[in-house]
Amino acid sequence: MADQLAIGSRRGLKPALPLLLPAYLWLTVAIFLPLSAMVFFSFMTDLPLAGKEWSFTLGNYAAFFSQSLYSTLLFSSLRLGLEVTLWCVVVGYPAAYVLAKVLKGRSREAIFLLVILPFWSNGLVRIFSWAMVLREGGILDTALNAVLPFKINIDLMYSYPAVIIGLVHSYVPYMVLTCYLTLQAIDDSLIEAGRSLGASRRQVLWRVIIPLSMPGLIAGAALIFVPVVGSFMEPRILGGRTGTFYGTIIEDQFVAVFNWPLGAALSFILLAVVLIILALAAPVLRRAA
Amino acid sequence: MAGVQVANVSRSFGAHKALDDVSIDFADGGFYALLGPSGSGKTTLLRQIAGFDFPDSGRIAIGGESVERVPVEKRRIGMVFQNYALFPNMSVADNIAFGLSVRGEPKATIAAEVQRALDLVQLGKLGGRKPHQLSGGQRQRVALARAIVTKPRVLLLDEPLGALDKALRVDMQIELKRIQREIGITTIFVTHDQEEALTMSDRIGILRDGRLVQEGPPEEIYDRPQSEFAATFLGDANIFHGNATGSGIRLPDGTTIAASTGASVPAGAKASCAVRPERIRISPGAAKPDPANVNTLTGQVSKRIFAGNNSTYFVDRFGQTLKVIVQNTGAERLAEGQPVVLSWSPDSTVLIAA
Ligand SMILES: Nc1ncnc2c1ncn2[C@@H]1O[C@H](COP(=O)(O)OP(=O)(O)OP(=O)(O)O)[C@@H](O)[C@H]1O
Ligand SMILES: [Mg+2]
Repeated sequence: MADQLAIGSRRGLKPALPLLLPAYLWLTVAIFLPLSAMVFFSFMTDLPLAGKEWSFTLGNYAAFFSQSLYSTLLFSSLRLGLEVTLWCVVVGYPAAYVLAKVLKGRSREAIFLLVILPFWSNGLVRIFSWAMVLREGGILDTALNAVLPFKINIDLMYSYPAVIIGLVHSYVPYMVLTCYLTLQAIDDSLIEAGRSLGASRRQVLWRVIIPLSMPGLIAGAALIFVPVVGSFMEPRILGGRTGTFYGTIIEDQFVAVFNWPLGAALSFILLAVVLIILALAAPVLRRAA
Repeated sequence: MAGVQVANVSRSFGAHKALDDVSIDFADGGFYALLGPSGSGKTTLLRQIAGFDFPDSGRIAIGGESVERVPVEKRRIGMVFQNYALFPNMSVADNIAFGLSVRGEPKATIAAEVQRALDLVQLGKLGGRKPHQLSGGQRQRVALARAIVTKPRVLLLDEPLGALDKALRVDMQIELKRIQREIGITTIFVTHDQEEALTMSDRIGILRDGRLVQEGPPEEIYDRPQSEFAATFLGDANIFHGNATGSGIRLPDGTTIAASTGASVPAGAKASCAVRPERIRISPGAAKPDPANVNTLTGQVSKRIFAGNNSTYFVDRFGQTLKVIVQNTGAERLAEGQPVVLSWSPDSTVLIAA
């Protein structure tokens, strides 16, 4: 499969060049230029604004290694990314399975819409609606107390679980979509073949369906893990004081402290760490897929 | 190993009756072909036996044990799918090992059994390949090996040779038959290729619109079809319509055709006769009819198709086109437009109730 794709693209590259050109131009303007500006910033002592003095330095990168705060926060962000990704698998994979293999026709379309809906709603609106649900005296608290015979206090607001809930809600559609696509491509006759060979439903799931949907799981995980590690909106709004992560520190450098060079340097360190993690995981993932 | 009994099985999808009161007894160790046009319910019947789908009414027993409440994985069947359904992520050997491994057999046993199955289907050295690295015929063999390595009681095949080209198909037919004999497994084989059904099976069941039209050994169905549909679906047949005379039928133009096989139809009732094209003798218009062949008709050759070892003549008679197949014996060939006499024996004529 991968070989075929590679051969196909090599043969097709030359005639496709004029077609690809607009895309490359766009990439250059939209991604490459700002990114190189940021690389430039990250080696500066100060912003070249209002005639301020500036020079080149490695200090911004050195700051990461001299203060343990940054690496501690990076570590907790990586943990957050891992946890959110795992929860997305736990929530998203069964949903994708039901969509692809159980539901048919109208009900499939309806559920699909519900899954995609968070994609279409504004991120801030989504997060603030979670705040209304999770805070003390909020929707969840009131509803549970109305149903339960005893009094409980639900105040998830400004806690680690609140951050997890908000992030999982924002990112789970990626997992559902990528898994749905791979599950959809699994021929039902493979499942029937497994059953006819004496495998129970559970054995078919573990030995046939999950291995075959690995590419979707991996793609979904990569799509979720990377942005979650750098996320700042959900941690800030739903996490409050507990919501200080690597992403919020970077955001602070840009919007509060106006130390763009440090913010840029911290961003690139994050980028490097994520790339290293993906590179280390690649051989394992490739074997799994 | 075990026989399969299907008794009065019906299955509807909405208002559509995919199976309508079907009863068949599949003998232990037999090779049974299910034949029928597209949509006649062959796959549906196979799926009821496998347990992928459940009948609305009727009973199914495997080896004398009723299986209505037994899920697929407990029925101990082997199934070969039309698209082979090999697991693309597993090697050939792992595909074949699947059934043994889910059962928790020891590794050494699995390896030995897999090798034996690979040898049986003559793929001894290809265990390490992935399914996409195999040819169609090889995939077919892997699917077969995977289905039989678990020693199922029944082997179910749904048009397993449908995707293969003609030459490979014939090879695989011989191969499949050899393997079936070697392990003596009860086999139910779905096909819509009549030649395949005739050459491979001990018994054939013909399905049409969810009903079992006729059932029996190939020779019996071919020589004594009980309906026009059976006569024309399995092989070629010339069909004459008329009224029964007690010993044959009378055509609307007054000609009588004597028939000594087939149904008994009361005189006067509507009936038809079927005659196989190869049973008819064709001779030039001037020649005397053969006294043994009492059924005689005259007509005119409208077309001749030469196929090497035989020729097919299309003969026009009162608007009906009759088909006659003549072996190539080097005898004089008849030209198109030539008047001819057709003659055949009552033994070759099957009477069919309308
Ligand atoms: N799951 C289903 N839902 C609705 N209708 C079905 C279903 N399965 C089969 N049918 C219908 O039942 C009838 C018999 O189908 P079946 O697949 O058994 O035919 P078949 O004899 O195997 O035909 P083919 O030679 O084309 O494979 C068809 O009319 C089909 O449309
Ligand atoms: Mg079918």
